[in-house]
Amino acid sequence: MILTYAIFFATGCFAIALLLNLWKIATAEGVGDRVLALDTMVINAIALLILYGLANGTEIFFEAAMIVAMLGFVSTVAYARFMLRGNIIE
Amino acid sequence: MSQIFEYLIAAALVLGGIFGLVGSFGLVKLNDPMSRLHAPTKATTLGVGGVLIASMIHAIASEGHLSWHELLITLFLFLTAPITANFIAKAHIHRHETPQSLPPAGEDGLWATHDVPASPEAAPTAPLARD
Repeated sequence: MILTYAIFFATGCFAIALLLNLWKIATAEGVGDRVLALDTMVINAIALLILYGLANGTEIFFEAAMIVAMLGFVSTVAYARFMLRGNIIE
Repeated sequence: MSQIFEYLIAAALVLGGIFGLVGSFGLVKLNDPMSRLHAPTKATTLGVGGVLIASMIHAIASEGHLSWHELLITLFLFLTAPITANFIAKAHIHRHETPQSLPPAGEDGLWATHDVPASPEAAPTAPLARD
């Protein structure tokens, strides 16, 4: 019983966190802040995926979370490269 | 599942959720771009770590064996968060700071990101005092 409420609470926390990141992406004044907010969004999405798998008792979402983590890392590095050099692969 | 495991999982979940929320709130609240880098890279990573710990305890309690997926994701996140923070900080230094606007770097003279020759032809003629 307490576990269900705890999962609800954590899901709500990460959902509000995703909305805050979206707000930051919409209102940030620089590109660097947007990239940072996008990176945080990816991490929060990983947490939501794991919480969904925890609530449903399946293990398939760990692979999805792993792929999202790798994609988020590569995309953030690509964005940072693009901010620095105006080019990703030279 | 026994009662103590449920309390453990619930505690880890609540702690993780609060840390994740604090990290994203800090991203909105803090003023300086370099202070804003602290909140998501530290607090949010800790929040995901709390959720993953809860998931590991859940696997131990309900199936009786350790699940390694969570450890893999935790390891990956804890390895990549400092790297992305470093990349974003480096991009910020190059776009918005000059060598004069940064605090002094000590005996090295310049911060390492600025300490590069402008082009291969314009390499510094004076040898670097490094021995």
